[in-house]
Amino acid sequence: MKNSPYLLLRFALFLLLFALVLGVLIAFAYFKKDLWGTYFPFEKLRPMHVSSAIFWILSAAQGLVFYFIKEHFKELSKREWLIKVSQGLWMGSVIWALASFLFGTYGGREYWEFPPIINLPILLSWFCFAAYLYPVVFAKFRSQPVYVWLWSTGTLFFILSFIESNLWMLPWFRENFIRDITVQWKANGAIVGAWNQLIYGLVFYLMTRISGKEDSATSWQAFFFYFLGMANLMFNWGHHTYNVPAASWVRHVAYAISMTEWVFLLNMLYSFRKKLTHAKKLANWVSYHFISAAEVWIFLNLLLALAMSVPAINRYTHGTHIVVAHAMGTTIGINSMILFGALFYVAERSHATLLARFRKWVRAGFLVSNISMFIFWLGLIAAGIVKAQMMVVENQSFQVAMKAAKPYLLGFSYAGIGLLIGFGLCAILLLRLLRPSEISDVHQNEAN
Amino acid sequence: MKPMLSLRSHPKAVIFFVMFFLFSSYTGLVYTQGTEKMPNSDAFRRGQMVWQNKNCQSCHQLYGLGGHKGPDLTNLMSDTRKGEMYARALIRSGTAEMPAFVMEKEDMDDLITFLQEVDKSGQSRVPAHVVDRFGSYTLENDHEE
Repeated sequence: MKNSPYLLLRFALFLLLFALVLGVLIAFAYFKKDLWGTYFPFEKLRPMHVSSAIFWILSAAQGLVFYFIKEHFKELSKREWLIKVSQGLWMGSVIWALASFLFGTYGGREYWEFPPIINLPILLSWFCFAAYLYPVVFAKFRSQPVYVWLWSTGTLFFILSFIESNLWMLPWFRENFIRDITVQWKANGAIVGAWNQLIYGLVFYLMTRISGKEDSATSWQAFFFYFLGMANLMFNWGHHTYNVPAASWVRHVAYAISMTEWVFLLNMLYSFRKKLTHAKKLANWVSYHFISAAEVWIFLNLLLALAMSVPAINRYTHGTHIVVAHAMGTTIGINSMILFGALFYVAERSHATLLARFRKWVRAGFLVSNISMFIFWLGLIAAGIVKAQMMVVENQSFQVAMKAAKPYLLGFSYAGIGLLIGFGLCAILLLRLLRPSEISDVHQNEAN
Repeated sequence: MKPMLSLRSHPKAVIFFVMFFLFSSYTGLVYTQGTEKMPNSDAFRRGQMVWQNKNCQSCHQLYGLGGHKGPDLTNLMSDTRKGEMYARALIRSGTAEMPAFVMEKEDMDDLITFLQEVDKSGQSRVPAHVVDRFGSYTLENDHEE
């Protein structure tokens, strides 16, 4: 059983490589229909790319939570067979979903466009994960640090929101289009919030382990931000549907709650200097670089999210590439950087010598991916501003707006090649480091 | 008898359950309030499945939600420059950017019905004059109680 986290983590890294290659292919297919032949059109490549990227995040997050739960609780649960079942169902579902895209079989909704039957084993897989997690966690729940709370509620909200995202299959939810689209985006917004909880839990865990200061994860300040984040998960999804004519209080509640994100932003600014001094002491940790980069991306994306959450501004940005910049900034800039930080922490614990040999390559991958990501992100924002100006202000047609935005979208596409190289390099190194045959399993050593 | 869960003994758990209760109530309201109007036809529901099965959302948006390669189609049917005949021709023949789709006449009719009823549900573009001094707005066709 000792290799099960590594199997899922390696699976996640393969998914990331697949998503990166597909990302570059679709970025260029954007400009020319059938660029990659009629068998790989844009409408087939896009869901494959989107699903691979989502599956990378979820696979890596679940694998890392499992790894750290074992490390934190220092006990080998008898229920680890549940993890085996969970991972089997999960990996089988992912392969099934990607294969269905290959054969042009769809039927699902945005982000989950594969045939909906596949949602059943996905859900079962998460039930098994929860059945493993909760008995371990609840046994000593009262004094648990914030990362255990984040992992526990992240799992709960993922399951609830994933079920909610499938409610469209019940006729009552489909009988009114406004209800249907509102519930759909409520669920999708909460799913992102749920996986963010799993991933932010990893940050808290890593920071306490790297710095050796456990109190940062048990303080009232940590829990204040945990509950504030949860309030945003629960209520601020409404900025996705500001222009949908549902009840107007949905819009007002989302607007009010999303403005609490200023507190996150001000806290980041307030603690910036303190973190700088701290950073010098931790500069040697590979994972710390990725976590620090993620913090910069959190800051930039918060600025963007705050702007988009004001309905008067959202009027311009909604449906433009600014929304894509926000989505990519979150999934690549924040989520993937944190996941890389956590994966390198795992690699550092088991293969410190080998990782030291690869250090300059990791550094190159880190720099290339971050610089590319910044160009990528700015390209999307610029394209979004052009589109908003031409379509909302000047009332031009979609085709004219897209033609004007093309230079920025080309810049974004070329930056995507940089992301493929940077992240690809890190992913390949991690695949080398996390090979099951070479693992000097920390838990196994501790058990012995 | 001592309560199992009190604010003093388990403050974080109490806060969590209060928030979860608010979230559940809010979810119930979102599902039921302001969405009673506009019952959709069978053709609409079949058309929605054609939309999903052909994965139109990969390139097109409804209310700004979906892919960004093609235009938002929420109000395609009421657009005086476009409309039903334009949509049928484009789906059948494709364009320089969009592939042609082969489908049965019934599926095409259902898809058109779906787009027509989506169009009737509201406007995807928010007009400037509805924005209030707080930076929010209430749309003219918001489904209020």
